[in-house]
Amino acid sequence: MPIQLDILDLHAGIEEKKILRGISLSVRQGEIHALMGPNGSGKSTLAYVLLGHPGYRVFDGQVLLDGEDLLAMDTDERARRGLFLGFQYPTDLPGVKMRRFLRESYRSIRPEEPDGEAFDARVQEELGNLDIDDTFLGRYVNQGFSGGEKKRAEVLQMALFRPPLAVMDETDSGLDIDSLQVVSDAMNRLAQEGTGILLITHYQRILRYIVPQEVHVLIDGRIARSGGKGLAAKLEKRGYDWLREEA
Amino acid sequence: MVLEQETVNREYKYGFRDDIEYVYRTAKGLSEDVVREISGLKDEPEWMLKMRLRGYSHFLERVMPDWGGDLDDIDFDDIRYYLKPSEKEGRSWDEVPDKIRETFDRLGIPEAERKFLAGVGAQYDSEVVYHKTLKHLEEQGVVFMGTDAALKEYPEIFKEYFATLVPPEDNKFAALNTAVWSGGSFVYVPKGVKVEQPLQAYFRINSENMGQFERTLIIGDEDCQFHYIEGCTAPTYTTNSLHAAVVEVIAKPGAIVRYTTLQNWSDNVYNLVTKRAYAYENSTVEWVDANIGSRLTMKYPSVYLVGKGAKTEILSVAYAGKGMHQDAGAKAIHLASDTQSRITSKSVSQNGGRVTYRGHLAVAKGARNVKSNVRCDALMLDAVSRSDTYPYMDIEEEDASITHEATVGKISEDVLYYLMSRGLTENEAMNMVVLGFLEIFTKELPMEYAVEFNRLIKMEIEGNVG
Repeated sequence: MPIQLDILDLHAGIEEKKILRGISLSVRQGEIHALMGPNGSGKSTLAYVLLGHPGYRVFDGQVLLDGEDLLAMDTDERARRGLFLGFQYPTDLPGVKMRRFLRESYRSIRPEEPDGEAFDARVQEELGNLDIDDTFLGRYVNQGFSGGEKKRAEVLQMALFRPPLAVMDETDSGLDIDSLQVVSDAMNRLAQEGTGILLITHYQRILRYIVPQEVHVLIDGRIARSGGKGLAAKLEKRGYDWLREEA
Repeated sequence: MVLEQETVNREYKYGFRDDIEYVYRTAKGLSEDVVREISGLKDEPEWMLKMRLRGYSHFLERVMPDWGGDLDDIDFDDIRYYLKPSEKEGRSWDEVPDKIRETFDRLGIPEAERKFLAGVGAQYDSEVVYHKTLKHLEEQGVVFMGTDAALKEYPEIFKEYFATLVPPEDNKFAALNTAVWSGGSFVYVPKGVKVEQPLQAYFRINSENMGQFERTLIIGDEDCQFHYIEGCTAPTYTTNSLHAAVVEVIAKPGAIVRYTTLQNWSDNVYNLVTKRAYAYENSTVEWVDANIGSRLTMKYPSVYLVGKGAKTEILSVAYAGKGMHQDAGAKAIHLASDTQSRITSKSVSQNGGRVTYRGHLAVAKGARNVKSNVRCDALMLDAVSRSDTYPYMDIEEEDASITHEATVGKISEDVLYYLMSRGLTENEAMNMVVLGFLEIFTKELPMEYAVEFNRLIKMEIEGNVG
């Protein structure tokens, strides 16, 4: 049975402020869904809430991962159950080298997998796929990384962990065309291998490289429209305003 | 020292004790007779007895320092100042009494010696029980032995340097050390000799209400290079013990000397240590000083840059959990031109622990073109812990280039969230951040020590999570 993520009428925000006002959507393993919307529509809030950031609050609704109550779990348990978040702004970890960070994360998320030489070989392979230099492993996590390096590092983690479901928060922003190609290839490959991806993006540019099953448009904390590839094309031509007017 | 300490749930794997018969011990308390008794037992020359009495006399006159940690619970009358565990300093582990050898086995010393050390010294309470240096180093003239033995074997060089950097009148605890010193390491590395592997000394307190007063004298002759490492542990008792060492390091022109300390006393030990080095022309002195145990540590490794072009790097790391106060820091005293110092302090406090950085940077009149860089970072793991910084500066030359940075922080919610989103528990995430914070220190350690240090820090953090 493929694992799926079900978001059911989710209301959430910060302190008393409601940002998400009733979101429902489902992503199955192997599917790619794009979640688009203007700035401030609540896209990143959804990403943070799905992994349980302590600064956010859920007012109402449910999220099920493989049928289980995700919102009752701590952040680390959500990760271990198979939900990955690719951060828009991953934090620096001074003094923590990528090599150790990757290994310890991998041990937590994939305790059943070998983490010795086989893992090292996997890391090398994925570094190659993502066109990342070897010296990367000796650098401190995200410290002094360019915007593009940070995003590749997030995709690298997704590729290593092979989570059943991943939320990728604006992984495309700040990338040049070459990086966008590399990162998109990786996400397409992961989806083919069974990862369900909720791809949060501000621009439709990435949809030239990644073809989602569904596109959802988030406006003012609600999904204003869901559709296929055609919806993305329409957004490219007309922007978001026509949807706001309809809503 | 019959203070009942609050039971601390620190997970401390070195807290075991041995029940041994001492060869000799003085009665509790300190008097001129005790000082004479110790000197007599050691069959010392007259000048040393005089030096001890000078220390004792100053100890009586000097008031307790009130500017640092709380010393009120030290009861000098309840301490035993000299405990002799074995007849002689063994040259092989077979010559060390069984129980004591077993202790050092448990501490992993013989194993480390076989694997990667150039020489080992082991002190148990008041005396050095074992000492050994690799043969090829001895042949090159490297001397590494107990300080008492060195006084007998190298009396001239000993007299030339002993108490020249830290005179008996330096401070109350240096005075006490001078009066009752016993054991410690004596190191002499001849001109031009490079010792690749570290020389390791290990200091173990075993007895309750014990005072350990080792005296270490290290001389690096011109253009030599070596690394001296010391470690220390003690059993956990409900009463307190006192450790008051004095260390003097001389780096002659062109010498490169590194001195690393991994202090992991049990949390009933007062650790009040004076460490000082003189760096002559174009020499380099590196202090790498980590304090992760003790009830109270007051220790500020100091370097006097006395020769033109001398350099020093001082790295001070402190961790304080429940019931602990680390009052640590560094001093760089620039007395010559073109000298450089870099002081880096990293401290972590948790569960009510307290850390204090106390530093002194001085540039004397006439010391031109001095460069100094001081950086202090404090990490507090919760709201009940405490961190203070006291950086003193006396700069008497205008062309000195001095930078000072200090930060105090806690682990941010976003960092924990990021790590937990990678499947790490909150504790594992906290560990990773702390080890990263201290990485500037661990990367300076030989690999075996770095692994052990990281393991100890993890244990401390887990034992102190509220």
